[in-house]
Amino acid sequence: MFDTITLGQYYQTDSLLHRLDPRVKLVGTFVYLISLFVVDSFVGYIAAALFLAAMIMLSNVPFRYIVRGMKTIVFLLLITVVFNLFLTPGEVIWHAGIFKITREGLTFAIKMAVRLSLLILGSSIMTLTTTPTQLTDALESLLRPLKKVHVPVHEIAMMMSIALRFIPILMEETDKIMKAQIARGADFESKNIVKKIKSMVPLLVPLFISAFRRANDLAMAMEARCYRGGEGRTKMKPLVYHGRDRVAYMVLLAFFAICILTRIFF
Amino acid sequence: MGIKIDDICFEYERGTAMQVTALDHISAEIPDNQFIGLIGHTGSGKSTLVQTLNGLLKPTSGHIYYNGEDISGEKFDKKKLRADVGLVFQYPEHQLFEIDVLTDVMFGPKNLGLSDAEAKKRALEALESVHMPEKYYKSSPFDLSGGQKRRAAIAGVLAMRPKILILDEPTAGLDPKGRDGILGMISDMKKNLNMTIILVSHSMDDVARYVDRIMVMGGGKLLYDDEPVKVFRHVQELENLGLAAPQITYIMKLLKEKGLDVSTDALTVEQAAAEIMAHRRELHV
Amino acid sequence: MIKIQKLIHDYIKRDDEGNAAGTQRAIDGVDLDVKAGQFIAVLGHNGSGKSTLAKHLNALLFPTEGTVWVDGLDTKDEKNLWEIRREAGMVFQNPDNQIIAQVVEEDVGFGPENIGVPTEEIWQRVEYSLKTVGMWEHRKKSPNRLSGGQKQRVSIAGVIAMEPKCIILDEPTAMLDPNGRREVISAAMKLNRTKGITVILITHYMEEAINADRIIVMDRGKVAMQGTPREIFSQVERMKELQLDVPQVTLLAHELRGMGLKIPDSILTKEELAAALMGGQTSQNSGLGGDCAKKEAAHGDQN
Repeated sequence: MFDTITLGQYYQTDSLLHRLDPRVKLVGTFVYLISLFVVDSFVGYIAAALFLAAMIMLSNVPFRYIVRGMKTIVFLLLITVVFNLFLTPGEVIWHAGIFKITREGLTFAIKMAVRLSLLILGSSIMTLTTTPTQLTDALESLLRPLKKVHVPVHEIAMMMSIALRFIPILMEETDKIMKAQIARGADFESKNIVKKIKSMVPLLVPLFISAFRRANDLAMAMEARCYRGGEGRTKMKPLVYHGRDRVAYMVLLAFFAICILTRIFF
Repeated sequence: MGIKIDDICFEYERGTAMQVTALDHISAEIPDNQFIGLIGHTGSGKSTLVQTLNGLLKPTSGHIYYNGEDISGEKFDKKKLRADVGLVFQYPEHQLFEIDVLTDVMFGPKNLGLSDAEAKKRALEALESVHMPEKYYKSSPFDLSGGQKRRAAIAGVLAMRPKILILDEPTAGLDPKGRDGILGMISDMKKNLNMTIILVSHSMDDVARYVDRIMVMGGGKLLYDDEPVKVFRHVQELENLGLAAPQITYIMKLLKEKGLDVSTDALTVEQAAAEIMAHRRELHV
Repeated sequence: MIKIQKLIHDYIKRDDEGNAAGTQRAIDGVDLDVKAGQFIAVLGHNGSGKSTLAKHLNALLFPTEGTVWVDGLDTKDEKNLWEIRREAGMVFQNPDNQIIAQVVEEDVGFGPENIGVPTEEIWQRVEYSLKTVGMWEHRKKSPNRLSGGQKQRVSIAGVIAMEPKCIILDEPTAMLDPNGRREVISAAMKLNRTKGITVILITHYMEEAINADRIIVMDRGKVAMQGTPREIFSQVERMKELQLDVPQVTLLAHELRGMGLKIPDSILTKEELAAALMGGQTSQNSGLGGDCAKKEAAHGDQN
């Protein structure tokens, strides 16, 4: 029921990108997203697209697999394009009834589509090559300075990581409870909105109860294994920067500089 | 009439690299009023099979006929099928959600479009059939003990008055007392309610003493489908499947090997004791 | 290793507003002495107090009255808390609800990380632990891709990595199929026999208790019976009263005795039954009691 969501799920293989420190990838993705809003010219987009193409090649993830994940968001992309296409005011170049397309709308829609595609592809490259555990580790490490202002960085990272572990389990459970209630004649496919909301009760109540029970069990299991927060904890897989990570930061810097230059000169 | 399974297959994640064949050309008939044990280890396909029987899963090929009608046919009434073929999942207590036990049991009948009065009547009957003490009818289902919760959940399916009742490992996770209670209750239901019961289990000991027929699944195939005594003669093959014959079968086999001329067909301790005593008397006469 | 004196545990019942509304006694005056290196099975039906007892051994619960010492450390003393939890590891019933990490090896490393073991040593411990339970080749997998028995073995490895002296398994097999149960029990046996770790196995499956050094039967918060498996299972009527199983072969022997056959009441294996039955017919096996005793001795040697 839920296995159609493949967008950006970790793809296990060996590549330079897989081996990079997750902090580099997290920062890199962030820089890439910003750069997409910095560039505003044909040359700029070409540069961004080339950079992405290089990353995809370095990731060793089959292009087909990446594109298949994109399918789920094509709809979102279309809506954005259509909205921009028809609703941007400006010089009319085509119209039929109340629908009209403007020159500004057309360029804006194309830009939006390109930006969004690059943005989604770019961030999915990160999640495709980084396990959720590495991501939370990276987040914890990058946000460490915030600890000084009493942000519970370790706890947030731990919560994220546990949530990620239990999502598939709860999905499976949802599926199971749903089937059990269907076997008792429940109807989850009603078109009537009131009925639809009502029909969720037999699904949600057991699901919440189960989630609480699991949370309780898990808390006890963690305590039994001497968990007492981030203080005095060591790391099995500490994050250490290697030579390649430094090079990667340089490349990122160079890319960002190019993006700014395209903004100035084109 | 009953169910006729005609050469069905089922694959999970079809068309991907993860494709798993859960059912591999299964054919069988399930008549009215029979007590069937469906045995197999985890991943043998038994849970998938029972889900195809009430239309929760659609076979990727083959057909299932209920009272002669194809259940995947366009005009077929799925809701009626789900009422007639009741399915109690593993750990069914996880589906309880209502404010009290009685209301929870009424959920199924009300989904069938019955009036409150009729739904209540059926719920009361069902609760009685699962031997639920009356004092719990108005309790929250979440306050019951593990065994009682399970009874309430089984009553929830029973209240739809199924003609075929499938129970997927109804004793999983219970202690011996809870297990014997549930198995005894199921056996009583079979006697009193005139329906077909399919008991899905991985324990031969649990089903051997109750059922008329055993279906053994392994690797998605239906490997044996016969009377218990005949199935248990294949001790070696069952073991290769990661299953075991009832403990009593092993005991009687060993006695026979050691030269005690007893039949190895006993399924319960009582039968075994009687067999040994009969053999003794024979010797002393 | 573990010493319990006059332990009483009361759960506080709360009404709808969360106010205390009376207590329920889960453990009612238990005394127990477990020696290092023993394999102890605790039997009892649900609600007999066996799981509550288990949680006392890992300082997850604290005595209402009485005292629990784990390796000489009093569980009531807060400064002993982490040392006790490290020394007495715990494996719970639900395989899904005790694995924290998303990769097998990281989960095994979770405990050592918590107690501040240096990175390099964590890796050594993880390797050793996973190899001990036979899960090393699955170290890179997601726990969601493992069977129930495999998940429980990962949990056992997670405990081993803490280098405990004692491991408490609280109904570790209740949610598993027969294959999974066998895997988990043999892993626990191996820990006890080859590494000398004290094992306390809480279960309601009597077949898992047969190889224990000692069985403790709990009922209504009290120790109802204790002794060797042979002593416990020979009391068929008493076990039935407590709503527990005995091995079918013991039951059969009991039944036959009831019908007037002269066979001993301490039969635990089908071989023993065969010997007893054949002994009545052939002359070669006259010393029946002696035969059983010999078996017992042989069994003891293996241990």
